[in-house]
Amino acid sequence: MQDEKLTLGKISFESRLLTGTGKFSANELIPKMLAASGSQMITVALRRIDSSSPVENILSYIPENVTLLPNTSGARTADEAVRVARIAREAGCGDFIKIEVITDVKYLMPDNIETLKATEILAKEGFVVLPYVMPDLPLAKRLEDVGAAAVMPLGSPIGTNRGLETKAMIARLIENCKLPIIVDAGIGRPSQAAEAMEMGADAVLVNTAIATATDPVVMGEAFALAVRAGRMAYLAKIAAESHLSRASSPLTGFLN
Amino acid sequence: MEIVINGELEEIKPWTISQLVEHKKLLAGSLVVELNREIIKQDQWQEVYLQEGDKLELLSFVGGG
Repeated sequence: MQDEKLTLGKISFESRLLTGTGKFSANELIPKMLAASGSQMITVALRRIDSSSPVENILSYIPENVTLLPNTSGARTADEAVRVARIAREAGCGDFIKIEVITDVKYLMPDNIETLKATEILAKEGFVVLPYVMPDLPLAKRLEDVGAAAVMPLGSPIGTNRGLETKAMIARLIENCKLPIIVDAGIGRPSQAAEAMEMGADAVLVNTAIATATDPVVMGEAFALAVRAGRMAYLAKIAAESHLSRASSPLTGFLN
Repeated sequence: MEIVINGELEEIKPWTISQLVEHKKLLAGSLVVELNREIIKQDQWQEVYLQEGDKLELLSFVGGG
């Protein structure tokens, strides 16, 4: 089936499944998961080192043909997010940046106002900005105006695996935004990824549900298939629902 | 002399960044160094001397979603 690629900045992606590097029990699983899922973009975070326990270089586990999407997690203000983004680019991670500004420690919900400010600054500096936001249509329009490359609404709070709790709001973004809509956070199982894609989301970002599965490699593939199925269903245009039954076999009796 | 490394005051010798990294036995490959809000690329570490009152951030990429 013919499908256009997902274009973000100057790069076009075949895969509509973005993944993350958090919470894997071993870094060796990351390249295996990437191979199994076909995911072409993966998130990483930046932190102060803990000199008492040297960490492995996570970047060495990510194949070169996979685009890095550094996030600004840990930032509590637009300024901090901007600082993280600049460091990530200087450190050789490319121009992509996922803006994540969080002040709410209970639900880890994004601060849309700080996120908009950071998006505006970084888009002007030539970053490909993917802001992680609460689904809010006027905000999405503002993100469009200030040069975001996509809008990434949450399905449910980070790491909760609760699926599309914000489904109706995401649908409004999909119907009314020109930018790609990438559902990020809260997708807990492949059927929920398919659900987002059937609605017309352009992509999904899945980390926890893959990384914390008993077999993250197989789960990565399961998500890839679900994303593809959901995308195909969207392109094929889903048949209408109806209240009353409509027979799919002839309504005449068996023998007369 | 004293400088601030990752938010903590530390007593160090007047080292270059390379010497500090070596002294701390850090894995250079994964390290991102920010000195007084400016990124210092790895090929400059041997030339940049730390000075009293500097604010140094030693960062690295980690797993995250």
